[in-house]
Amino acid sequence: MGDAVTTPPTLALRDVRKSFGPIEVLHGVDLELRAGEVLALIGENGAGKSTTMKILAGYQGATSGRILLDGEEVTFASLHDGEEAGIVMIHQEFNIAEQLTVEQNIFLGRELRRGWLLDKKKMRQLTRDYLDRVNCDVDPNARVSTLSNSDKQMVEIAKALSRDARILIMDEPTAVLTAQETDVLFDQVRALKKAGTAILFTSHKLGEVAEIADQVTILRDGSVVHDGPAAEVSEDEMATAMVGRDVSDLFPDKPDTPPGEVMMRVEGLTVPGYAEDIGFELRRGEILGIAGLIGSGRTEAMEGLCGLRPASARLVEIGGKAADIRRPKDARDHGLCYLTEDRKLRGLLLGMGLRVNLTLQALDRFGGFLIDKAAEERALDAAIEAFDIRAGQRDVAVGNLSGGNQQKLLLAKVMQTEPSILIVDEPTRGIDIGTKQQIYAYLRNLAAQGHGIVMISSEMQEVIGLSDRVMVMRSGRSAGILSGDEIGEDAIVRRAMGVGADMNGKVA
Amino acid sequence: MTSDTATPAPKRSLPSMSLLGPVIALLVLIAIGASLNSNFLGAANITNVLARSAFIGIIAVGMTFVITAGGLDLSVGSMAAFIAGLMILVMNAALPTLGIGVPIILLGMVVAIVAGIVAGLINGFLITALGIEAFIVTLGTMGIYRSLVTWLADGGTLSLDFGLRTFYRPVYFDGILGISWPIIVFALVVILGEILMSFARFGRHCAATGSNEHVAHYSNVDVNRTRLLTYAMLGLLVGVATIMYVPRLGSASASTGLLWELEAIAAVIIGGTVLKGGFGRVWGTVIGVLILSLIDNILNLTDFVSPYLNGAIQGVIIILAVILQREAKAKG
Repeated sequence: MGDAVTTPPTLALRDVRKSFGPIEVLHGVDLELRAGEVLALIGENGAGKSTTMKILAGYQGATSGRILLDGEEVTFASLHDGEEAGIVMIHQEFNIAEQLTVEQNIFLGRELRRGWLLDKKKMRQLTRDYLDRVNCDVDPNARVSTLSNSDKQMVEIAKALSRDARILIMDEPTAVLTAQETDVLFDQVRALKKAGTAILFTSHKLGEVAEIADQVTILRDGSVVHDGPAAEVSEDEMATAMVGRDVSDLFPDKPDTPPGEVMMRVEGLTVPGYAEDIGFELRRGEILGIAGLIGSGRTEAMEGLCGLRPASARLVEIGGKAADIRRPKDARDHGLCYLTEDRKLRGLLLGMGLRVNLTLQALDRFGGFLIDKAAEERALDAAIEAFDIRAGQRDVAVGNLSGGNQQKLLLAKVMQTEPSILIVDEPTRGIDIGTKQQIYAYLRNLAAQGHGIVMISSEMQEVIGLSDRVMVMRSGRSAGILSGDEIGEDAIVRRAMGVGADMNGKVA
Repeated sequence: MTSDTATPAPKRSLPSMSLLGPVIALLVLIAIGASLNSNFLGAANITNVLARSAFIGIIAVGMTFVITAGGLDLSVGSMAAFIAGLMILVMNAALPTLGIGVPIILLGMVVAIVAGIVAGLINGFLITALGIEAFIVTLGTMGIYRSLVTWLADGGTLSLDFGLRTFYRPVYFDGILGISWPIIVFALVVILGEILMSFARFGRHCAATGSNEHVAHYSNVDVNRTRLLTYAMLGLLVGVATIMYVPRLGSASASTGLLWELEAIAAVIIGGTVLKGGFGRVWGTVIGVLILSLIDNILNLTDFVSPYLNGAIQGVIIILAVILQREAKAKG
């Protein structure tokens, strides 16, 4: 890295400030991106990462401060100017046309032509090349809407490759990728780096930052709190700098006392096409983790159990009585509630305010035929207090909240139904470490109060750190239940992959 | 600690221009009308405008719910024509047994309301249970009802028995304290609709369904039932509007209720309800209906522009309303 420091930065921010109305969200940010280097920009949700990236890429102007491109001050009047300068940004929410094919997307707006007609042959061949470079074997002719999330991410990267980006900015590129796909992405990042591209990325996974980044810039509350080589800062130090307090105790202690009586017994749960013959018991006061690969049918099995999709079961017993759950309402009548993994598409009405979202699932508790809005407001007051939801104004559309606050609101929303058994699916996906800690503490506390909790998670650390027992799923079936000291990464991975199977699969 | 600073530019969920726009437009129209013709603000003209607004208005209130829940119904105009035809046939047929009197009028009303609910349920069933696009289903039923009424009338006009017509007339032309029945019924429908939309669970469920049906489903909202109910309710209101309409002319033909769906949908959109669903405003719809009626009225009272261009002006206004909605949203 010694000589890298002497080269002038390809792109730099100098004392950049940004205000939205009266609120300043960036308080003088300095940042340097160099050719052939990977810079990780990390911080909690709401620390100002997205705004910083948007200013870098020309999506938004800075309120004050300078942007230096190769040492020269520039102003990007538009996104187009940014792209002209060789800056490509890949968004967290995909920026691809779902109904077009992969090839059409990659050349969207810059279609190659021969005379008046499209040069399909050449575009097909180049698309194939780009996809090969990212080890992605989707058909260039496939409609993007038919692709998995990870393939979409690869298409985005292929698109960036096709633009010959000098500077590549990626907003949480690995959030939707499995471990194996992340490896493929990182190989590609290393190749780009070698070719002299300056790369900036954000991630909540600090392990990845340590693995791939050369430099780390840490933002907190709109200011840079740390800046330096990645090798000189440990993951723990990064977390502490981001949160501003010690977060080594991420997970609350597991209770010493044995869990209570069986609250729910499930036998022979089958969701056609996704899960078969799943059985487990859930005891009062325990957190049962469900681990497994993405696509192993965890989500579908639990949605089936809660009446959200067609399913059958030999036996579902709640509180010692047989329960016949066919619709979400039946689940609710039995005190069973499911928190979806997809807060944006299935969890919250993004265009509506906090109050409407909070009470939607349990609207019958707020008045009869007519809604008691005062009671709703009181519930919102209580939820904001209990879950530490930071929303600024109360009538703000939920889509404008940060991911962590959305997740807390979603949790508050499902708790309005007063469930005795709570099934949470990826409860901390895409949220910052401080909020994670709050959610873990909340779930453990809920269990201690006598609730039963099932937690589906793809984060190994979370499964191990929070679960009292772990059910591992593989290809739609239960591959064993672990408890106590058996719970460990190795044991989970072996079951998730199938013992003796090759270990190259996707562990998520 | 950090999170609230991330919220870019504290937005209000509803841009104020979409709130005020229709009201301002209505006031401007009233001012124009008053300055062009001294009779404009006279009681006779106001009553006339409101009574004519009532049919479309009653239907548009139902349409507000359908659109808010993410649906659409193109069949309402044809449905009204069909129900009117059916009503006239049944009443004429029952005349020899029941004679002229209140019972036969009640029979006609029951026929209209039942036919409306059934027609709405058919639309709703095809859309929710079979999962066919609302646009396609109601485009289909629009053709079916229009054709059925033409067939019932054998290509001509179905006329209510003359004696019956005279007896039934007061339902359109009379009222209480000088306010005619259509206006009273319209007002009641609006008040009930506003309560249902803004203060009742059903309205919340409609908005949630139209906003994101997956979220609604995951939140224990019975999405299909909610949608089905909106179509049934719209059918019912089409029936009610027809009950008010039949005594006005006493006949039904292939051209009855022509383009009512256009006016009803236009009124809803002008009133600020979001075409894609998720947000609806019953009082906004009322303003939308009044704006459309006033334009028609002003054109008729003055001779600057031919009343034949009314449709063109309405079309321009609908498009303008949507553009304004979008601008307001982008600025929001």
